[in-house]
Amino acid sequence: MSLQPKSNWELVKNGMFGENTIFRMAISLCPSIAVTNGLKNGVALGVAVVFVQTMVNATISLMRNFIHPKIRIPIFMLVIAGYVTIIDLLMATYARPIYKEIGLYIQIIVAFASIFARAEVYASKNKVWSSICDGFGMGVGFLLAMIVISFFRELLGKGELFGYSLISGNPLLIMILPAGGFLAVGLLMGFFNWVDMKFFGGKGASGV
Amino acid sequence: MATQAKSHELIVSVSPHVRGKETVERIMWTVNLSLLPAVIMSIYYFGPRAAYVTGLCIVSCVLFEHLYWKFLDRKTTVGDGSAFLTGLLLAMNLPPSVPFYIPLIGSLVAMVITKLLFGGLGYNVFNPALIGRAFLLISFPKLMTIWSEPTAKFIAMDAKTTATPLGILKEEGLTQLIEVFGSKAELYKGLLYGNIAGSLGETSAIALLVGAAILFMKRYITWHIPLSYIATVGVLAWAFGGDQGLFSGDPLIHILSGGLILGAFFMATDYVTCPTVRKGQIIFGIGCGAITMLIRLKGGFPEGVMFAILLMNCFAPLIDRSIKPKMFGAVKETKEQEK
Repeated sequence: MSLQPKSNWELVKNGMFGENTIFRMAISLCPSIAVTNGLKNGVALGVAVVFVQTMVNATISLMRNFIHPKIRIPIFMLVIAGYVTIIDLLMATYARPIYKEIGLYIQIIVAFASIFARAEVYASKNKVWSSICDGFGMGVGFLLAMIVISFFRELLGKGELFGYSLISGNPLLIMILPAGGFLAVGLLMGFFNWVDMKFFGGKGASGV
Repeated sequence: MATQAKSHELIVSVSPHVRGKETVERIMWTVNLSLLPAVIMSIYYFGPRAAYVTGLCIVSCVLFEHLYWKFLDRKTTVGDGSAFLTGLLLAMNLPPSVPFYIPLIGSLVAMVITKLLFGGLGYNVFNPALIGRAFLLISFPKLMTIWSEPTAKFIAMDAKTTATPLGILKEEGLTQLIEVFGSKAELYKGLLYGNIAGSLGETSAIALLVGAAILFMKRYITWHIPLSYIATVGVLAWAFGGDQGLFSGDPLIHILSGGLILGAFFMATDYVTCPTVRKGQIIFGIGCGAITMLIRLKGGFPEGVMFAILLMNCFAPLIDRSIKPKMFGAVKETKEQEK
């Protein structure tokens, strides 16, 4: 990754598609199933992750020459926890109804593998601006994945989008239950792998 | 082999040298045929609607499998009859009054998600028809539990709806169930012939037993799974199913009603999703029976055969791995040898 320098746009694109958190790296799958039963919740969590990921990468990159390698993990943890607390308090104040539903998952952002991994793999070794681009790309990739998953789950499971009813009749109730979350994530992951192999000559997620 | 070869010719060929007549196609189509009595009984009791649902399930299952292989540019495997069988079993698990899109969605889930995405026949972890039904039951809990009353006149266009015997047993108890049928003998008769409300294929115990007898005679299934399954259900129903304390239950009602006969003979014995070792098959059957009775007596659903078989399907590889048959002639390792 850090061997050949990439342009900033390439870094953002890499986070969004090439190393998409959920569909390509298959990490941070817990919120992708737990929160995606409605588009509103999915977008809210995605935005929170974009913020945390970008800021953590920026901060770690700024501090990278002062962190002793032996204690880097606790320091990453502290930085991540700090930003999560900020977004947690912000949402609790200004987005009360959504926070009531997904508050737990906002706090769980602390334990997201994707944020931790980017801090360790990228931000602690690269310059500030490219680290910000990388973090932003990864965050937006996560946000896009959340939007796609929750779009299908809300549409099929409730027949509505953002709470507005679109389809009448009997919705597929299973899609808003946890089992439907697994189905949606699995099928979409397979679909994106297929697109990648068919049109972009990729090797699929397992071949990365 | 090749007895007419000249004596000086040396024939070299790859094993197996002696083949039986049985092929996948033959077994699958025989199972399809053995389900015919139950299909006829369902059409007799539930009218043309039953034929319509059954046909829709079969056609859509075969079509989805064919389209999937076409999409992947592979040779289609429709001819082996397993897609036909899945469609048939799925239809037998549906209530007669379902709207047309329910068999379609069920077939899609059963064929594409449960079977083909795992690699096709022989690679599926779960029984496709049962996953199809589980998906439908969770997705459409209301539509999937509207049971029409059987009419036995070939004309049941808009039949009255009622509860299944197990539903009545769960909600209102045994005395109420006997009252509905008149007497205990009438109840058993209804359960045997299939003159009761329920899914298409599960009502007539006699028709299913005829089909199972064919499979036994052909030796396509062995006694291990069905017997251990039904015996477990019987014992547990006798022990815990009664209202007057232990050992006062009526095992026959639990054995004959619901999908137990269909499940035990036709779905739990699916070659792909059950253990291959005989001892493992008995464990499999006991597990199915225990989970079935747990759901029927204590769970939220009146019927538990579907979830029981699916849950035990998960354990099939584990059972296979933990129960290895003893190798012929192998000596048990003692501690002395290990040193």
